[in-house]
Amino acid sequence: MIDFTEEKIQRYSRHILLQDVGVEGQEKIMNARVLVVGAGGLGAPVSLYLAAAGIGTIGIVDADVVDLSNLQRQVIHFTKDVGVPKVKSAEEKIKAINPDVKVDTYYEFLDSSNALDIIKEYDFIVDGTDNFPVKFLINDACVMAGKPFSHGGILRFNGQTFTHLPGTACYRCMFKEPPPVGAVPTCSQAGVLGAIAGMLGTIQAAETLKYFTGIGELLTNRLLTFDAKTMLFRTVPVKHRDSCAICGTNPTIDHLIDYEQATCDLKNH
Amino acid sequence: MAKIYVNGDAQEVNLPLNVSELIQQNNVVQPEMVSVQVNEEFAEREDWENIQLKEGDKVDFLYFMGGGTFIEH
Repeated sequence: MIDFTEEKIQRYSRHILLQDVGVEGQEKIMNARVLVVGAGGLGAPVSLYLAAAGIGTIGIVDADVVDLSNLQRQVIHFTKDVGVPKVKSAEEKIKAINPDVKVDTYYEFLDSSNALDIIKEYDFIVDGTDNFPVKFLINDACVMAGKPFSHGGILRFNGQTFTHLPGTACYRCMFKEPPPVGAVPTCSQAGVLGAIAGMLGTIQAAETLKYFTGIGELLTNRLLTFDAKTMLFRTVPVKHRDSCAICGTNPTIDHLIDYEQATCDLKNH
Repeated sequence: MAKIYVNGDAQEVNLPLNVSELIQQNNVVQPEMVSVQVNEEFAEREDWENIQLKEGDKVDFLYFMGGGTFIEH
């Protein structure tokens, strides 16, 4: 049981006032353990909103340090943080927003050797990564561990997200395997409008809070996509695929895979 | 002419037309960066040339999206 002091009631009053949340829902949020993989464009807004919401424990995995080019969209990091590990920078801001939140930092890459061990400690996982090998790794590890997760992807003016619960469509049901490494163009061809990361990340944060409070309908078996140029949002129905290699009837993947990663060094562009 | 729906938008197309041809017509620069659903069912990449589209079909191109670092479609 959580002791709702006057200070806590005041801090979370706008949640508590919501009929769908109330004290009970806020307590669920405060008992929740969420893992955010990637403290970048998506992980930043996700972590900020989850911290503000009072999520009990936030784990953050990221092996990078803050780079000047990150600040255009990774709003949890400030100019003074350039060169600092992203997990440390994020932890500092989370604590500043809400000292009640416990923060676990993993200053390492998520790979096949540590993914299951890290994920098993959490109730819900948020994919805020920027590359396909890790997106597939998170998917496979969560399916294997029976953990729910939120997928997020952004590109230029577009974003996409869905939520997976055990039994519902997974990333592999929609995207069978990572694109060939050679097909992934260099950074100079891409880019992203910074605010898109915020749009998508806050959807992921909202899904996380919906999951713990049981409010409404999650983005399961639906892929939400949007194009900020037109501000048209669309949800594409997607199905759990019986032939899926990880969550299908006869899964062929029985271990985690470290796919080869296309490297992208903006400094060379 | 037949009417099909691509990513929710109606398109007039000439039949016969298979999924690979539809991808070309829609100027998808990198088909390897797209996953395709026909009538809400996943379409295996190796079957794209064999899937003939018909009036009223709904085709969705799902694009691979990372974290803002790549892909061109």
